[in-house]
Amino acid sequence: MAKARVYVTLKKSVFDPQGKAVHEALLSLGYAQVADVRQGKFFEIDLQGLSGEPARQVAEEVARKVLANPVIEGWRVEVEGS
Amino acid sequence: MKVGVVVFPGSNCDHDTYHVFKHVCGQQATFIWHKDTDLQGADAIVLPGGFSYGDYLRTGAIARFSPVMQSVAAFAREGGPVLGVCNGFQILQEAGLLPGAMLRNARVKFLSIPVHIRVERDDTIATAGLAVGTVLTMPIAHGEGNFYAEPDEVKRLEDEGRVVFRYTTREGALTDEANVNGSAHAIAGVCNRERNVVGLMPHPERAAEPELGSAGGRQILEAMVRAMAVVAR
Repeated sequence: MAKARVYVTLKKSVFDPQGKAVHEALLSLGYAQVADVRQGKFFEIDLQGLSGEPARQVAEEVARKVLANPVIEGWRVEVEGS
Repeated sequence: MKVGVVVFPGSNCDHDTYHVFKHVCGQQATFIWHKDTDLQGADAIVLPGGFSYGDYLRTGAIARFSPVMQSVAAFAREGGPVLGVCNGFQILQEAGLLPGAMLRNARVKFLSIPVHIRVERDDTIATAGLAVGTVLTMPIAHGEGNFYAEPDEVKRLEDEGRVVFRYTTREGALTDEANVNGSAHAIAGVCNRERNVVGLMPHPERAAEPELGSAGGRQILEAMVRAMAVVAR
């Protein structure tokens, strides 16, 4: 069984008001080092009977079709396990 | 004329929509459960507001996979009038029937307030017969209504005359303050290329009777009734 991790974030060109609110909260707590915050979503997906490239393909497909909205979001897929 | 109001788990404007079409506009109305694929011979379809599937994943993202959406897409392809209000608009975007996507409101807050929207087009199923420039007052109630599309796409929508409503002042002026959720080009509603699918964030069904503070929304629903009659003919 493979485990896929999918990270979904707003595209760089898209303003992220939630990330900005978190950023401002961190600054108000005194974390002056924090230069930027982008908020996103994280999915862990167990893929039965799949590994390697086929597992990656399925994870990529569900990320594109369902987990992310390509109009506003980008995504990154990691797959581990055999 | 018969209006089909689609009911998803989490829809909460379905009964208001049904009420207005039936008792205010004097049309037939019927509920269509999201797992059904039979549109019951409806002359127009409304996807009402609410929080379908609790807005899990993204607003409208799960509802678009409901069985009824295949039938709604086919109905739209054949020219049938389809109106999406608020969450219904978001579902139509997720389904690819309308362009763009909704971001969190620019100031992050959920907004439940009356707004003024200006009619930009008189050639859609939701605005035929209204004068361009008419300002209608009705409530919004959303956390994600900040219309976004890539700048090229927004330009294309403008060039094709597909911006149907914009947030303005009561007098119809564009101001940053009037654009309450920070939408690109103050867009409150858009249509597809064929102009038979329209989505808007404000709630016409909540402002269709003077007793409720404004009857501005009724004009949109009455326009839709006229459009149904034309298509049905």
